[in-house]
Amino acid sequence: MRYLPLTDADRREMLATIGAQSGGAKSVDELFRDVPQKARLGAKVAGLPDHLGELEVERAFQGFAAKNVSPATAPFFIGAGAYRHHVPATVDYMIQRGEFLTSYTPYQPEITQGTLQYLFEFQTQVTLLTGMEVANASMYDGSTGASEAVLMANRVTRRSKALLSGGLHPQYRRIIETTGHWQGFKAVSGKPDAEGLEDLIATVDKETSCVVVQNPSFFGHVRDFSTLAEACHAAGALLIVVVTEVVSLGLLKPPGEMGADIVVCEGQSIGNGLGFGGPYVGLFATRDKYMRQMPGRLVGETVDADGKRGFVLTLSTREQHIRREKATSNICTNAGLCALAFTVHLTLLGEAGFRRLAELNHAKASQLADRLAALPDVKLLNESFFNEFTVALPKPAAPVVEALATKRILAGVPVSRLLPGDNSVENLLLLAATETATEEGMGPLVAALKEVL
Amino acid sequence: MDRSQGRTGGIVTGGASASATFTGNRALQIEEPLIFEMGQAGRTGVDLPEPPKVEDRLNGLRRGGEIGLPGLSEPQVVQHFTRLSQKNYAIDMGVYPLGSCTMKHNPRVNEKVARLAGIGDLHPLQPVSTVQGALELIDRLAHWLKTLTGMPAVAMSPAAGAHGEMCGMMAIAAALEAKGERATRRTVLAPESAHGTNPATAAALGFTVKPIPANDKGRVDLDALKAALGPDVAAIMLTNPNTCGLFESEIIEISTAVHAAGAYFYCDGANFNAIVGRVRPGDLGVDCMHINLHKTFSTPHGGGGPGAGPVVLSQALAPYAPYPWIVKSGDVWTVAEDGATVDGQPLGRLKAFHGQMGMFTRALAYIMSHGADGLKQVAEDAVLSANYVMAALKDTMTPAFDGPCMHEALFDDSFLKDTGVSTLDFAKAMIDEGYHPMTMYFPLVVHGAMLIEPTESQAKEDLDQFIAALKSLAERAKSGTAAEAFKAAPLYSPRRRLDETLAARKPVLRWRPSNNPPGSDPMKQAAE
Repeated sequence: MRYLPLTDADRREMLATIGAQSGGAKSVDELFRDVPQKARLGAKVAGLPDHLGELEVERAFQGFAAKNVSPATAPFFIGAGAYRHHVPATVDYMIQRGEFLTSYTPYQPEITQGTLQYLFEFQTQVTLLTGMEVANASMYDGSTGASEAVLMANRVTRRSKALLSGGLHPQYRRIIETTGHWQGFKAVSGKPDAEGLEDLIATVDKETSCVVVQNPSFFGHVRDFSTLAEACHAAGALLIVVVTEVVSLGLLKPPGEMGADIVVCEGQSIGNGLGFGGPYVGLFATRDKYMRQMPGRLVGETVDADGKRGFVLTLSTREQHIRREKATSNICTNAGLCALAFTVHLTLLGEAGFRRLAELNHAKASQLADRLAALPDVKLLNESFFNEFTVALPKPAAPVVEALATKRILAGVPVSRLLPGDNSVENLLLLAATETATEEGMGPLVAALKEVL
Repeated sequence: MDRSQGRTGGIVTGGASASATFTGNRALQIEEPLIFEMGQAGRTGVDLPEPPKVEDRLNGLRRGGEIGLPGLSEPQVVQHFTRLSQKNYAIDMGVYPLGSCTMKHNPRVNEKVARLAGIGDLHPLQPVSTVQGALELIDRLAHWLKTLTGMPAVAMSPAAGAHGEMCGMMAIAAALEAKGERATRRTVLAPESAHGTNPATAAALGFTVKPIPANDKGRVDLDALKAALGPDVAAIMLTNPNTCGLFESEIIEISTAVHAAGAYFYCDGANFNAIVGRVRPGDLGVDCMHINLHKTFSTPHGGGGPGAGPVVLSQALAPYAPYPWIVKSGDVWTVAEDGATVDGQPLGRLKAFHGQMGMFTRALAYIMSHGADGLKQVAEDAVLSANYVMAALKDTMTPAFDGPCMHEALFDDSFLKDTGVSTLDFAKAMIDEGYHPMTMYFPLVVHGAMLIEPTESQAKEDLDQFIAALKSLAERAKSGTAAEAFKAAPLYSPRRRLDETLAARKPVLRWRPSNNPPGSDPMKQAAE
């Protein structure tokens, strides 16, 4: 077996060493003697195949891949919380270096400065993009990060009612509701806000721990939440702003300038491929005054015994391995390697590249929106958007998307997929266009849609 | 293999650095600034086309001012991160005996298949008719996980071990709620040796955590457990093999007693790698168990994530598995998402989309490469290697418990008594010998704990060299004259011991222009 270095001769010698000791064993079976006899399998687990060579493994996965439609082979306009962007080859090369890929959480800082320094750079990049003061070393993803943000707001305010915007991604909302149900806080959700007209100010009261909004919203609308932030603060509540398309921060006023207290982003768009939904990387930023209430790992600057600058994991007294049942969160693993991909890609982009990438996304989406809006019976619901918008079709969107899929066009997400049973969204279709969109893709989409409607 | 490269291996006393170089660099060790200290306006590492001119539809919210991102060209970016990478220890470099973390070999074909077009580039919300192979792949992995654990169901979406714990404990809470017992069963029992995530998870769900003591053999005290069980107990959270590297030999008596008391058995599956292919947790009376794909099934740890933590569930808990469910009707795979009717009462949703697909792909490639025969061998070799290390070091260091152990060997610090050398010092001296230290001070139940997990991936000659190095360090410590040298270690690493107190007292968690006033050269400062 190519991954197992021990030979039978090695195993015999090792057993001899073990057997010679008191309490030793003469066979490998004897090493398992603490396992109750009736639970010890004599043979390998039944009903499963034996090992395969590398060639056979690759073939099996090519078989899986052949049953899917790769976005690279079809006009593609799907977003809704995960976006198709071009990732430079350097990013994937860098994260596959074994020193990064096969290292663990940097518990021994003397020999993990590589990981610690890039996480410090990552934390800094996150504060710059969001306009916030402090950021952690990543969360599992944006969706779980949003739920952690609500828990943090509950700790800070000692309240337990979260107001969730109808513009929040439905799955994010569902995760917060699930957490609320089992962990004992109230999550009050607004109606789906397809038009982008929701006003939550009147609903904020003295029991509210936080209001969770998304910008651009799930339906694509771009809003200024400065007034909402003021209303939250006047009531002693926190404003949490969720960003599922982090590239938008290259063009839009950042949540930090709107008065947000916690900002959570899905960072997938920078450096990380679509990967059928994960692993992604959650960005989590807040104000300095809430630093010690943050979940997750934090990297801080310090000096070593020779006075040289170095980095360490810090403020770990918030964390489960020290605080156990009093920890701010049960989180242990984060998304280290996805954070590296984010940092490498954003470093390649730099100020000029990141801004231009955002401009390109907005321009492509504008072109697509205009072309779709020109179709008879198609209504664009957005006055504002970044790279994603909602259109109302004259008939249910789900079968339309299926019909286009049979023509190998991946047209967008029918809103009903994420909000099943809500008749008001049945005809709505959410489409995104990034820098990867081309005329060769938009043309066939518009033509096919015209045909199907 | 000789790992000393001709060095005699002596520790330099006094902690003096080698003489300074002009640059502060030391051959292959390059002092590397932060990207924010390197950038120049006007430089970029990407070439993007001029955007077509369109009218803004940003609701007047165009971002003003500078974001503050540095500009670097592609070669600078490659050099920067390559230099950083050279400051890391990694499995690819050698023995990484970090107990409880399972640092085994990460095969590269797993990376390759995870990146195939049609797998790595799929959008999670593509029409299900266009992702049939992806859904089949997830189901194939689910089948392996269920069969290897002997459990009837699995929830695939949790993103990591702790997330899986949350999922499993929510399922238990859901089952209690269905029985009308959620308000009365408020206590969760967990051994003092448990991972910190266990009490953190239980407490987050509103349970009161009650510790159960261990006996002198490092296992749960069955009588104490039975005494603690009652109508107020919701569940026991137990790691098996436990965090001392020992199999809970009375596990069936434990699960029988827990069930008789109307409670559930949550098994922390962090150490499943010790028994995979040889023991099915389902045969031990487990109700749910998370599986860290990044441990047992070798998805790369990546400097602390991403991971994946699917949870296998018993018949009693299966109906409560969260959305999404992947189901086959006829020949067609579908995804049952929020609100869909399924054969159960899903507890809600824990994560957007369908789970850590990239990890599923890698884990399945690892599993198929090993097969049922190879996985059994994996567990056997891991256990054999740990016992070999324990036997070889038994007379030099002090094992915390009598053997045999499972996949990791636990030592206490009594062999260092009166030497002036602590577990921490001992670990730091290992760095100078070219090794990543073992897990230190965990589990908490053993004084000065050193938890060594060699895994199945190390050749015997490498284990022999590792054992010899530890023996040499232990003997030097015991000589009673080397305490100062140990305190000075490490000397040869990219950084020496770092001031963690300073980092926590005055947290600097981001770079700011004001951290280093204009004109100052941070690297020069660092070298001085």
